[in-house]
Amino acid sequence: MSSILSVKDLSLIIQREKLLKSVSFEIKRGEIFALVGESGSGKSLTSLAIMRLLPDVVSVSSGDIKLKNNSLFALPESQMQKIRGKSIAMIFQEPMSALNPVMTVGDQVAEVIKIHLGLKKDAIKKKVISLFEEVALKDPHERYNWYPHQLSGGQKQRVMIAIALACEPDLLIADEPTTALDVTIQAEILKLLKKIRAQRNLSILFITHDMAVVAQMADRVAVMRYGEILEQADCEAFFNHPQHPYTKSLLKDAMGSKEDRETGGEPDRLLEVEDLKVYFPIKKGFFQRTVGYVKAVDGVSFSIPKGKTLALVGESGSGKSTIGQAILSLVHITDGTVKFENQNLGRLSEAELKPYRRKIQVVFQDPFSALNPRMTIGDIIREGMVSLGVGPKDRASQDEHIKELLLKVDLKAEHAHRYPHEFSGGQRQRIGIARALAVEPELIICDEPTSALDVSVRSQVLKLLKKLQQESRVSYLFITHDLSIVPTIADEVAVMKEGKIVEHGSMLNVMETPQHAYTKKLLESAPKLPNTK
Amino acid sequence: MKLALLWTDILVWILVISLLTWGWVVSRSPQVKKQWHTVFKSSIAMASAIILLFYLFFTLLDSVHLRFSTQPTESTSEKVQYQEDMVSLLDLIFAHNIESTERTYSAPFATHEYAKSIVVDESGVTKQEYLPLKHVSQNDDIMMRSLFAIVTGLMISGFLIVLHILWRSRGNFRDELKNSWQGKTTLPWRTAYLTTIFLVVTFTWFYTLSYYYHVLGTDKVGGDVLYQSLKSIRTGVLIGILTTLIMLPVAVILGVSAGLFGGWVDDAIQYLYTTLSSIPGVLLIAAGVLVMQVMMDNNPGWFETTLERSDLRLLFLIMILGITSWTGLCRLLRAETLKISQIEFVTAAKAFGVSKLTIIRRHIIPNLMHIILISVVLDFSGLVLAEAVLSYVGVGVDPTMYSWGNMINQARLEMAREPMVWWSLFSAFVFMFILVLAANLLSDRVQKVLDPRNKS
Repeated sequence: MSSILSVKDLSLIIQREKLLKSVSFEIKRGEIFALVGESGSGKSLTSLAIMRLLPDVVSVSSGDIKLKNNSLFALPESQMQKIRGKSIAMIFQEPMSALNPVMTVGDQVAEVIKIHLGLKKDAIKKKVISLFEEVALKDPHERYNWYPHQLSGGQKQRVMIAIALACEPDLLIADEPTTALDVTIQAEILKLLKKIRAQRNLSILFITHDMAVVAQMADRVAVMRYGEILEQADCEAFFNHPQHPYTKSLLKDAMGSKEDRETGGEPDRLLEVEDLKVYFPIKKGFFQRTVGYVKAVDGVSFSIPKGKTLALVGESGSGKSTIGQAILSLVHITDGTVKFENQNLGRLSEAELKPYRRKIQVVFQDPFSALNPRMTIGDIIREGMVSLGVGPKDRASQDEHIKELLLKVDLKAEHAHRYPHEFSGGQRQRIGIARALAVEPELIICDEPTSALDVSVRSQVLKLLKKLQQESRVSYLFITHDLSIVPTIADEVAVMKEGKIVEHGSMLNVMETPQHAYTKKLLESAPKLPNTK
Repeated sequence: MKLALLWTDILVWILVISLLTWGWVVSRSPQVKKQWHTVFKSSIAMASAIILLFYLFFTLLDSVHLRFSTQPTESTSEKVQYQEDMVSLLDLIFAHNIESTERTYSAPFATHEYAKSIVVDESGVTKQEYLPLKHVSQNDDIMMRSLFAIVTGLMISGFLIVLHILWRSRGNFRDELKNSWQGKTTLPWRTAYLTTIFLVVTFTWFYTLSYYYHVLGTDKVGGDVLYQSLKSIRTGVLIGILTTLIMLPVAVILGVSAGLFGGWVDDAIQYLYTTLSSIPGVLLIAAGVLVMQVMMDNNPGWFETTLERSDLRLLFLIMILGITSWTGLCRLLRAETLKISQIEFVTAAKAFGVSKLTIIRRHIIPNLMHIILISVVLDFSGLVLAEAVLSYVGVGVDPTMYSWGNMINQARLEMAREPMVWWSLFSAFVFMFILVLAANLLSDRVQKVLDPRNKS
């Protein structure tokens, strides 16, 4: 088979620091080549280098990139512009920011065709419609005149793919195309990409951090770390016989681990939620009249025993985060009760709530926004202790306690004097956990605590959470959209859809023998790793 | 002699003291200290700051007013009588210039008047000739005096710099001097020293020669333009910083409460600033100034001297400017607070049961600080220019008060003369230009360093 793209000994430097160290690979016609790595490993830089869209400060120190035996680095910029879009097309992670919000999606596809193919107006429109049909966008004639904000995330990604396909490229670079999407939509997009590959004999450079997606999509795989390709192999061989130790650990982290859990725990229920309803009023007009309600949470009941974990699974917009906020009394509860140790929290005033604030804490999704950038780590952890009057009262012994907490979450004691921006995502998440632990809570609401983290960091954080549970018998309400981590952490699983719990049961029951159609669909959509030893 | 502080004097000194306190507080936080260190790593920012310090120095000199007691005519009188007019330290330094008023226009460094006058000589013949200036010596060695002034200036600035290096080096004077000379210090001290030398030497030269010449000429009634320009510094700087002082608390309190509390508080504040900002600014200010004028005419007991009267008018103008100019910043702060209050660290604080006030103090204000600082520095130059425009239109400061706006206003007629009288306008322009340019350059740098979006 002929190779479409060959990258040879590509090295990139910024000032004197090496970003890529002699990266080489080839992509053959009709092949899906997956570039896997954690954030900062240089996979996106590689794709930018192929498009010659590197930022000015980064320069190519050696190597060459050939597209069908033409060296891309030798071309003048005017030639390169013709190649971009026509021979190599690209789709991005964020379909929301990649589309121009003031142009209809049809016009945006038409623009690309006009620039590169120079067709007549009618022919262009016909072509756009047929492209929309190809990417399975419903009612293509009608959608032509829609604006990006009228489309859902998955539909926008389909439009992006239509733009990429418009000029029949030889190579499609897909940079984390499904990371921002829900599982079911991710499955549809992946299926679409495979179908297009088969129809057009297209080559795809697929950049991702998700091993399971790779297993499902790729023909060949390359693993990157610190700007180097560590291992390159056919997909099957890769998953069956990983060579490099880093690859092995990456695969192990991605698999998660099912551990035997003691069943039949004690009956004392820590948290009981009964028929919880949270409606947000829709206000309109000059006098802000309430014209209707968004039913974010619509009659949800569950309970969490002491020292156990309930995983609340659902796609974005299913109301799972709102439940967390309702338990924290941060949103107004429309109806139903939230009972903590048999006390109805909804009835309490802010002052009466204070002792319960200590017992229920929260860990957030985005480690970058969860910590105030203007406070030192020590002050961040201290805040809750002072506000809720937990732990020692004088500053010196508080400092001592903060040190203990930092050590407990595997950080160093001297970190207390630093500021959040000096830490990586995983470290910040640990700080967030230490902050929650500072007030000795009995229930921690983990709102997608691992979804912003790399695979290996994710498994470390999960391990930490489990260790803490064993030590102090804290309960977790674990809110997530990622089914692959559920077996690792959860005792019970509740699946949510449109504000309602559709299925609820023990982890094994739900994961292995799902009853509800939606749960089945979710489990089917989630990309799976092949069962290796 | 007694100290007689005007209202604006008191405010200026309060501001300076609070600035110093703030600087002291800031110097204890390593993060903020590092940021300001970064600001001054740029030589442009350093030079601008030195220039601004010079302007501040003149403002402060001009903000200490004294009243001298009258010569006791009867030694028996028990109460000490004070003179009618108040004198600032700057006036004392330039006392020779105040006394040496000429008859009318004269060009910079001129020995004779600018226009011919009709004179009748002893023989009774009427002639037109350029009259010599009263307070300028006709045969003078300007070179010698300049040389002397420059040497003095170099000595003064050298003394200041040596003092500073001594303070900085803490014993190791020689190395520090060498490093500064070669520009190897972490902060661009060489630039700072060169700026200081330039400013001090220029000022000493002007000052020495002002005993023998009118360095920047004289105006219509023979007043010295250099003295006027220097007196105007106080008016400009005062309007720049005191207005901000009045505007800032209003903008911060309203902006943050609108953003954080939402609901009807937000609605009320939004309606307020939308209404206020849809009224033309000049109209509002003119109306305010007229009301205040009437009020002051009806209450002559509020002030004892003309200086106090014009000072009161300045204070009112500052207040009116402050009341009309908070809307822009308020809008910015409301939007930013809205954004910050949705971020998770604020939710975390709420989950800890932290009170609203503490959330504002600890989580919101520190994250708004860069916006506040940037807009303060930007507004400063805008307000200095606004003073000039308002005085030109006639709704600015008191006409008897020295200000660049008033100088420009007078220059309107002077520019129409033939030959043109250019130096009033020119002096006002140069003094104002340097101040505004320095403030803008510094604010650019501050914006670059403090705005987190500029960090990549």
